[in-house]
Amino acid sequence: MRPAYGPLPAWAEITLLPLINIVLAFLVVGAIVAVIGVDPLHALRLLVVGALGSPESIGYTLYYATNFAFTGLAVAVAFHAGLFNIGGEGQAYIGGLGCGLAILALGRWLPAGLMIPVGIAAAALFGAAWAAVPGWLQAWRGSHVVITTIMFNFLASALMVYLMVNVLIAPGSMTPQSRGFEPSGQLPALPGSPLNLSIALAVGCCFAVWVFLWRTPWGYALRTMGHNPEAAVYAGTNLRRMTMLAMGLSGALAGFVGVNELMGVHHRIVLDFPAGYGFAGIAVALMGRNHPLGIALAALLFGALQQGGAELAFEIPSITREMVVVIQGLIILFSGALVHLPRPWLQFLLARRA
Amino acid sequence: MDEVFSFVFLMLASTLRVATPLVLCAMGGLFSEKGGIVDVGLEGKMLMAAFFAAATASVTGSAWAGVAAAVLAAEALALLHGLACITYRGNQVVSGVAINIVAAGLTIVLGAAWFARGGQTPPLVGDERLLPLFLPGAGDNVLVYAALLSVPVTWWIIARTRFGLRLRAVGEMPLAVDAAGLSVAWLRYRAVLLCGLLAGLAGAYLSIGQNAGFSRDMTAGQGFIALAAIIFGKWRPWPAFGACLVFGLLDAIAIRLQGVRLPGVGEVPVQLVQAMPYLLAMFLLAGFIGRAVAPRAAGVPYVKEH
Repeated sequence: MRPAYGPLPAWAEITLLPLINIVLAFLVVGAIVAVIGVDPLHALRLLVVGALGSPESIGYTLYYATNFAFTGLAVAVAFHAGLFNIGGEGQAYIGGLGCGLAILALGRWLPAGLMIPVGIAAAALFGAAWAAVPGWLQAWRGSHVVITTIMFNFLASALMVYLMVNVLIAPGSMTPQSRGFEPSGQLPALPGSPLNLSIALAVGCCFAVWVFLWRTPWGYALRTMGHNPEAAVYAGTNLRRMTMLAMGLSGALAGFVGVNELMGVHHRIVLDFPAGYGFAGIAVALMGRNHPLGIALAALLFGALQQGGAELAFEIPSITREMVVVIQGLIILFSGALVHLPRPWLQFLLARRA
Repeated sequence: MDEVFSFVFLMLASTLRVATPLVLCAMGGLFSEKGGIVDVGLEGKMLMAAFFAAATASVTGSAWAGVAAAVLAAEALALLHGLACITYRGNQVVSGVAINIVAAGLTIVLGAAWFARGGQTPPLVGDERLLPLFLPGAGDNVLVYAALLSVPVTWWIIARTRFGLRLRAVGEMPLAVDAAGLSVAWLRYRAVLLCGLLAGLAGAYLSIGQNAGFSRDMTAGQGFIALAAIIFGKWRPWPAFGACLVFGLLDAIAIRLQGVRLPGVGEVPVQLVQAMPYLLAMFLLAGFIGRAVAPRAAGVPYVKEH
């Protein structure tokens, strides 16, 4: 067996290694595209033009990136606490339910200036609550969040289907969706584009997460718990409360996907709006190395992939939109599970040069 | 009396039909987890296997070729999982999640490119499917019996063979196995490959046994229900089998209850019955119904000392 993995030089650790991992993922994607019978370079060109070729496509790219930033931050906050939150999908779903319920209940009476903050707060609250249950189960009952958050995704989905089909469905509607939100519950958006004010919320969240994690005592305690729970206990941290805080923040961030999708675009509660953003958040966080700046960049890349992939599927009938899902999965594989793959070779190369 | 008998028979048959992929998957997952490799990628392996089974059966016209392709596809993903978790000591949960996502996307991408039916495979007829062996109405194809057989075999291998003993040791304390001069990596690779074999059969059952073709996301969380069954069975084959039967029965009941009004209760939401496996597993994990303890070294990569 090979010796334990030693560290690489710092610059290689934060630039070269992630870059190589992404390149490996894209090489595999290229191979799959070639197997389907499409020239990979042609596909790549269509993808880039589709993502960034016109103001309209840039609007879509940024709108998708907003979702990815929320779920990426959600995974990262939990990860810094040593928790692996796979439940972003369900938390986004329930977060959307929260802001939707708030607007359906209060939209008639509140002006936009009040309704929008209340809707956002409701999304955060519901998302946090949905994540807090697995957090509580881990902190007090010792069941692992990895398994419980997976299960909570299915529970969220079952709950939402039940509510949409039986309770919240608009009278007379054939499809399971609620009645439309009042204008006061709709976020201002660019005309003809899904890009809305949520992107400002996403940027704010990136900054707030950075401040919280690296500039506050709670963030410090949270990261200490992630690195070494015993040390955190000696430093006086209450691990249970810190677990709840981390999961709650994580769920609140994931819940903001509901703000972007429902308050920003659909203007009603619909089924299946999280559409895999929760899972993709894992890829975003891994690629962004769990740092808000990295996550912002990774979210932009993933937004571009999402939009470019849609255009690509439109241009080439033999490629479907799900190609983007494959790319996300491969990025999780290469920059997560197989992150050590290029390390021995890199060590060898860098050692020889030094 | 006859009516009651036929009702019981129908419920039993439909329970078995639904439980078959769960049982195969759960037994596969048991091997992996007993060997210390957490597998949240059961779902993805099963999905990929289901796709390749239907695609191969449709192209070659042989159900058995489909089964072989399913096993190969699942084994390929199992090897990938092994490579990431055993050789490169990556995070096992991350690897499993990646496999699930890749499978969810790739089955549709390849299906749409090869068959141009929006991700579905052409409907399978006649010998392209695994047909019932003895009871025409019950859907008792060969994989149903394979699933029933997999439980005692899994129990016997894990509890009564030398390999099983070592497998359990490598899931509890790999250092001891290593000190005894055995290869931790090779034992774990065998565990992961056994898991791939069984998940592959489960996938083949879904697309060419129970159904007549592949449709997108056709596993619909069954890999996770199998995982819940393993937890519910406290990492033991027979109790896990029992959990699969209970979950299968719940599903059979959910289908029966659709739109039925029960006296005093009203209409039971189908979604609640469908969510039951997850809810039950959650209660168990939370320690409200006994305690479920995973193999101690599950999820921890083994680093050999020098």
